[in-house]
Amino acid sequence: MLGRTAASLFWMSRYMERAENIARLTEVGYRSALTPNSGGGHREDWRSILVAAGCLDAFEAKKRPATPEAIRAFLLLDRDHPSSVRSCVEIARNNARSVRTALTSEMWEALNSTWNELADLQPERIGPARLPEFLDWVRQRSAMFRGATIGTLLRTEGFHFSQIGAFLERADNTARILKMKYAVLLPGTGSSDRNAYQWETILRSVSAHRSYRHFFQEAYRPNNIAEFLILRQEMPRSLRYCTDQVQASLASLVELTERGQMGLALAGARYGKLAQVQIDALLRDGLGAFLDQFIIDTAEMAEAVADEFHFV
Amino acid sequence: MLKKQAYVAGGSPEAYDEMLQADGTPRPQYAELTRWLEGQTRDGFRHKQQEADAIFRRSGITFAVYGDAAASERLIPFDLIPRILAASEWRFLQRGIEQRVRALNTFLYDIYHRQEIVRAGRIPAEMVTGNSAFLPEMMGFDPPRNVYAHIIGTDIVRTGAGGFFVLEDNLRTPSGVSYMLENREAMMRLFPELFAAHRVAQIEQYPELLRQTLESVAPAQCDGDPTIAVLTPGMFNSAYFEHAFLADQMGVELVMGSDLIVEDGALFMRTIRGREQVHVLYRRIDDDFIDPLNFRADSLLGVPGLFDLYRAGKVTLVNAPGTGIADDKAIYAYVPEIVEFYTGEKPILNNVPTFRCAVDDECTHVLDNLQDLVVKEVHGSGGYGMLIGPHASKMQRREFASRIQANPSNYIAQPTLSLSTCPSFESNGIGPRHVDLRPFVLVGDQIRITPGGLTRVALKKGSLVVNSSQGGGTKDTWVLED
Amino acid sequence: MRIAISHQSEYTYDRDGGTTVQALRLSPPRHAGQSIEHWRISAPGIETAARYTDAFGNVVHLIASNGEAGPLRVAAEGVVHTTDTAGIVGLTDEAASPAVYLRETRLTKPSAAIAALAQSVHVHSHGVTDEMNTLHGLMATLHAQVAYEISSTHAATSAAEAFAGKRGVCQDHAHIFLSAARQLGIPSRYVTGYLLTDGADAEAAHHAWAEALVPHLGWVGFDPANKTCPTERYIRLAVGLDAAIAAPIRGVRRGPGAETLVVTVAVRQAGEQAPQQ
Repeated sequence: MLGRTAASLFWMSRYMERAENIARLTEVGYRSALTPNSGGGHREDWRSILVAAGCLDAFEAKKRPATPEAIRAFLLLDRDHPSSVRSCVEIARNNARSVRTALTSEMWEALNSTWNELADLQPERIGPARLPEFLDWVRQRSAMFRGATIGTLLRTEGFHFSQIGAFLERADNTARILKMKYAVLLPGTGSSDRNAYQWETILRSVSAHRSYRHFFQEAYRPNNIAEFLILRQEMPRSLRYCTDQVQASLASLVELTERGQMGLALAGARYGKLAQVQIDALLRDGLGAFLDQFIIDTAEMAEAVADEFHFV
Repeated sequence: MLKKQAYVAGGSPEAYDEMLQADGTPRPQYAELTRWLEGQTRDGFRHKQQEADAIFRRSGITFAVYGDAAASERLIPFDLIPRILAASEWRFLQRGIEQRVRALNTFLYDIYHRQEIVRAGRIPAEMVTGNSAFLPEMMGFDPPRNVYAHIIGTDIVRTGAGGFFVLEDNLRTPSGVSYMLENREAMMRLFPELFAAHRVAQIEQYPELLRQTLESVAPAQCDGDPTIAVLTPGMFNSAYFEHAFLADQMGVELVMGSDLIVEDGALFMRTIRGREQVHVLYRRIDDDFIDPLNFRADSLLGVPGLFDLYRAGKVTLVNAPGTGIADDKAIYAYVPEIVEFYTGEKPILNNVPTFRCAVDDECTHVLDNLQDLVVKEVHGSGGYGMLIGPHASKMQRREFASRIQANPSNYIAQPTLSLSTCPSFESNGIGPRHVDLRPFVLVGDQIRITPGGLTRVALKKGSLVVNSSQGGGTKDTWVLED
Repeated sequence: MRIAISHQSEYTYDRDGGTTVQALRLSPPRHAGQSIEHWRISAPGIETAARYTDAFGNVVHLIASNGEAGPLRVAAEGVVHTTDTAGIVGLTDEAASPAVYLRETRLTKPSAAIAALAQSVHVHSHGVTDEMNTLHGLMATLHAQVAYEISSTHAATSAAEAFAGKRGVCQDHAHIFLSAARQLGIPSRYVTGYLLTDGADAEAAHHAWAEALVPHLGWVGFDPANKTCPTERYIRLAVGLDAAIAAPIRGVRRGPGAETLVVTVAVRQAGEQAPQQ
């Protein structure tokens, strides 16, 4: 397999995952705008979403008033912003197209039809009334693509590059959401309305508000939430689960190609730590610093994979 | 019901109709199809047409049209009614094509070595060495098996009383073979009953034969199994689908220039396991762009030093650089002489009569008869840069005349050909449409011609332009076995 | 004459990590008037270089370096014996046919002024060109009309541009010569090589001139920059249709940072040959 093909599969899945995550973040912003008295005001919520999406600077560079409409348009359909949902799908689709024969037709169909519908969509078409529908659609499309990948792609090198891309992106995304709100998870945070609302927001942004209740069977508690999103293997968007998936795919690649040992070592070391540490200790030693390091490590892991497998 | 009476043979009185004879009865190879057509309904056809579109869309078979952003990925229209060649017709074509490609490959060897044909005075030296399609850097090199043009798509038309003529030889990077294969796939799914009722020669072995052909021209220095790759300019190229399709069907890598590196005097591709040597490169990039070290320095599509590796016998380029001289439209007029010179035989397939504007008398004739002629640029392709005299306005003709006068050697002219017609599906039923034929030829350890080829059809009523870039479509092409 | 040559090219880069592919035409040929006592090219990757003889008879080495740090050095050195043949090289056995040497290239495309120059030096009677007198006339006229001036032109300057500016270096003189000769139907080619000069003039040691194909004589050299036919002080290295094709080193680099090239050419008369065992 060409290094470029591996890179394209990696980025294809990574960008599809990103499209979904941006849609989730947008949904959080939308909901908070509907919630009365949400503390610091809507503006702050939208701002923190731009921070979590890693594109506050890009938005500010546009020098547009930070209205919900402008931010929505920026996050969803902006053609110049490389992390808008539209751009993510376009990049994913272009990567897919350049390695079309490495995909199954189900995967290609899922991506291509998503892009065809999105390509000409104008921001006016997804005003507040149609926004939830649109965001649902993005999530469904992402799920469809993921399902096509898992259900139809041969378990050879290509599948594993695709998985690594998706789960590195997901890990990065969960870490950024936690980073955005970690202050409200620290020990001693009281259960004020304001905080309860923030906790809900965190869980919603990873679609875990209902599963939290099933899993813990109790009210929101900050260290439960942190444990859920960081350390629980059962939670498919947790840092530990994502790391486990990356590790598994890298292990398969090492077996198939006798390469990738460096990436595997990084993933293994990280997984070992996440599997052993207790949430109380993590919170005590500094959640912010931990998350910062996690985000840096994720980038390093991606670089190691690109390097070892000649992504060009 | 689609009554055969509804189909009037020929778009114009002088056109040969592929299906019906002059008396309105079907030619023998179409007898079964005619019966079948009578049993079809318009709605049934419409339904099949939609099914066909869905099949092609799913396969991703698209054609990019330059300068047309909205339709930058478009399906080439597919016509449901096959074009049928009788076994005897095909045997004739096969012999004619084989003679021609053999002669053209020998011509290429000769002009890149001793130039006997020039010494013999059969072609003026300036037509060869002075031609911009001639590549002096190729002189003195012996490509594996002395083959220059390995993959050829000969454009053939049938006119008048039914004679076949070669319109173009296409020895550079001819495309369309993926449509030939996909059309057959679609037809077999849509109309299995037709294949049960006919003995249609198979074509699905093409990718395997292509692979064998490529392996057979591996460099002599390659011991063991050669590694093949297909080089594409990238996914924005109009024929990208075909590049991906062929690589996939052969089970080889589809590479771009950036995937290739020159190291230790050899060509490698970057794979996830490190570098892997490439021995045969089926390149779908024009000569000018394959190597910025030797040719156009601004090319980002190619690989610096690729041509040097080729000349050093480290990698085989398919087709060879410099084959363009043999399908140059100015050389085309000399092909009958070329065939005779190298084979000692009369050409089996004739050329379309061609006037060379580079020759004074012929140029005068062209300028005096523009309203009856098709004028082409010597180096143009795809139907661009041509004038179809009878369809052009006075102004267009005047404008074109001044272009010819400014640079006569850049133009040739041919009489307007009344291409044969073939029944095609249209909104009102079935109507005659003009067609041509591009059989695909492989030249390596032997010459292999896939039975049939790609039939291109001008879907607009009365139109003679079959190019897909100009609104043409395609048909499945059947060669019936005896 | 026994001449020792050392030709060093050192490429340094602002930043490491690029890839460079170079075609070297750094092997002087043997022919009447020139024989090689010894010659050595040293360059990274030269041991595994792809090697072939091109259409014009030059031996080419293709070398590549991918991502190595530090400067890239290409050196050619050796000892060559020459005799004076009044510039006559004779027939050489390259693959390219004589008519190929009538082809126009971007660098040698004639302007109206060059066409006029060609006509002005054309010596002929009864429709038959007198090549030798024409070419000598062309050399003399060019030498008189185009001033030798370093840095007045650059590597990509065409014959037409240089002739319009009436200034240039040896490359430009040769290009104008080729352009005019081909106008008159005389096959001609660019030669790059070395020149033994009296001073320590490095610029002049790396030299270029023209050759034209003359009936009964074969290839004959003309050096319009010095208004002379090559002597025993000239060493032929590579030929081609123009300077770009005959370049001793032609390279493509892809990567970050800018490239700086320093070329050092030393040509000196060597003493008598050391006794062979």
